[in-house]
Amino acid sequence: MTHQELALTAAKGRLLGLDMVYRAASGHPGGSLSAMDLLTDLYQNIMRIDPQNPRDPDRDRFVLSKGHCTPALYPMLALRGYFPLADLQLFRSIHGQMSGHAEMNLVKGVDMSTGSLGQGISVAVGMALAGKMDQKSYRVYAMLGDGEIEEGQVWEAAMSAAKFHLDNLCAIVDVNGLQIDGPTAEVMPSEPLDEKWASFGWHVILCDGHDFAAIEQAFAQAAAVKDKPTVILARTVKGKGVSYMENNVGWHGKAPNAQQYHQGREELIAQIKELAVQAGRSPEEELAPILAILCEDKEGN
Amino acid sequence: MSEHIATRVAYGETLAAMAQQYPDLVVLDADLSGSTNSKKFADVCPERFFNIGIAEANMTGIAAGLATCGKRPFISTFAMFATGRAWEQIRNSIAYPRLNVKVVGSHGGLSVGEDGATHQCLEDYAIMRAIPGMMVLSPCDGPEMRLATKALLDYDGPAYMRLGRLAVDSVTDEIPGYTFELGKGIQLREGSDVTVIATGMMVQQAVLASDALKSEGVGVRVIDMHTIKPLDEEIVLKAARETGVIVTSEEATVLGGLGSAVCECVAGSCPVPVIRHGVQDEFGRSGEAKQVLAAFGLTADGIATAVRKALNLKK
Repeated sequence: MTHQELALTAAKGRLLGLDMVYRAASGHPGGSLSAMDLLTDLYQNIMRIDPQNPRDPDRDRFVLSKGHCTPALYPMLALRGYFPLADLQLFRSIHGQMSGHAEMNLVKGVDMSTGSLGQGISVAVGMALAGKMDQKSYRVYAMLGDGEIEEGQVWEAAMSAAKFHLDNLCAIVDVNGLQIDGPTAEVMPSEPLDEKWASFGWHVILCDGHDFAAIEQAFAQAAAVKDKPTVILARTVKGKGVSYMENNVGWHGKAPNAQQYHQGREELIAQIKELAVQAGRSPEEELAPILAILCEDKEGN
Repeated sequence: MSEHIATRVAYGETLAAMAQQYPDLVVLDADLSGSTNSKKFADVCPERFFNIGIAEANMTGIAAGLATCGKRPFISTFAMFATGRAWEQIRNSIAYPRLNVKVVGSHGGLSVGEDGATHQCLEDYAIMRAIPGMMVLSPCDGPEMRLATKALLDYDGPAYMRLGRLAVDSVTDEIPGYTFELGKGIQLREGSDVTVIATGMMVQQAVLASDALKSEGVGVRVIDMHTIKPLDEEIVLKAARETGVIVTSEEATVLGGLGSAVCECVAGSCPVPVIRHGVQDEFGRSGEAKQVLAAFGLTADGIATAVRKALNLKK
């Protein structure tokens, strides 16, 4: 995909994610919106995956260590063709399989069940280790939150990935600067992140997590690193794309009301239309399959 | 011929012996490979042994990742840290996704001895049993441990197995027709007055108690319950019906482990009195292992006392 197409796809993912959280009346919009551009690039351009063969032993793996950000992961999987967009309507519902946190045995395309923070990165280390043992060429990606890295297990995993020279492992930290109780700098200061990861034996790449050129460059650089794992410290905006959610700590794990949903939906629809034009696509055709599965917009027409 | 060997030694020997037959077998340890005997595997198969250092949570997660890629990980460290430190990792990263990881806890129970209460894991059966779908094993002697380890190699799913520190006499190899099957208890002594259901190294003590009480004219059936979960309900209920009273014996807290499992079983189907012999809701203490076990009554005499109490309840 071109960068314009990636931006368009990410905007669709944001609208789907917002809708999932509104429909479920619960979920985690803030960190999902901040991670959406990174996930879009991974699932559309970077990872070698086949939605028709989701358990291919040679596929690249992705572990959503910040497992609550399913309103980013599930739309990405749907947009990549793992399952119909309509499946997203049962997010967090007793009537479906789209569980609140990522589930490998329930949702097609999910490589590991996560949710309890700090554990996914260790699992990714195990996947990368297995790849080395079997001399496979697949790569393993793990996305963590910058609040999540307060968990000690993350640093246990970091040490072990360096010990085993896992250059097939790429961690991405979604550095949006906020966690449930407030700014990470106040809840538990973790900077300097780059020096911390470097001192644990990782190759460190800093990038703007909303700039597709920078994201693609970061993943390319990570793939070229030898003998050590790479971490991409991606600066992001929590709640990105929905104006009232941006950089607002209150939107970590809260669903919008009808009026807020309407506003966010209109903003994202406008973004999709604009990005479709930039990508040389028809705004109506791009929007139609999304609008077909969205909730009733009680505040709108 | 009866042998005298610690189950942890039999475990390490078996992993090493099975290395070539199971190319997917990988073994992880958290800096205690000499104690757990996983080093025996490392010595013959260093390319499939990974020392994760003193980081049990990470070891558990790495094993989960290896399992998603088709490996058969066995992870071992002391029971205290394998099940205690990494309980939530076992629950969420192994058991919930039903990954094929075997968690192996060595030095379980009071018999760590001198190390004292911080290292004497009495809760492993209870906390592992509480996790849905988790198999829980505690083989009693060297021969049984070899068979259990082999059975776990072929079992596809999450399981916990406890290893003992002390060398113990084998009792299962003298039983005619002994076969090992996951989830099936084994009767080691016949008797119709009372049944002792024991696990781990309390099985030997139960056999000693049974043999001693026989001379007093008391028939004590002994069941070796190497698999605590899933519990062999058939053999438990048969014992309840035929002997009318049960003593359970475990080198563990009586809360939540084998004793609780047996009570839960009989309560719903064939209520009979059950005396739970084990550690009574308290921590262990330092001392030479046999002295500590004796101080807590985890001996053949302790079981005999429990048996007499049980017989009184029957009257």
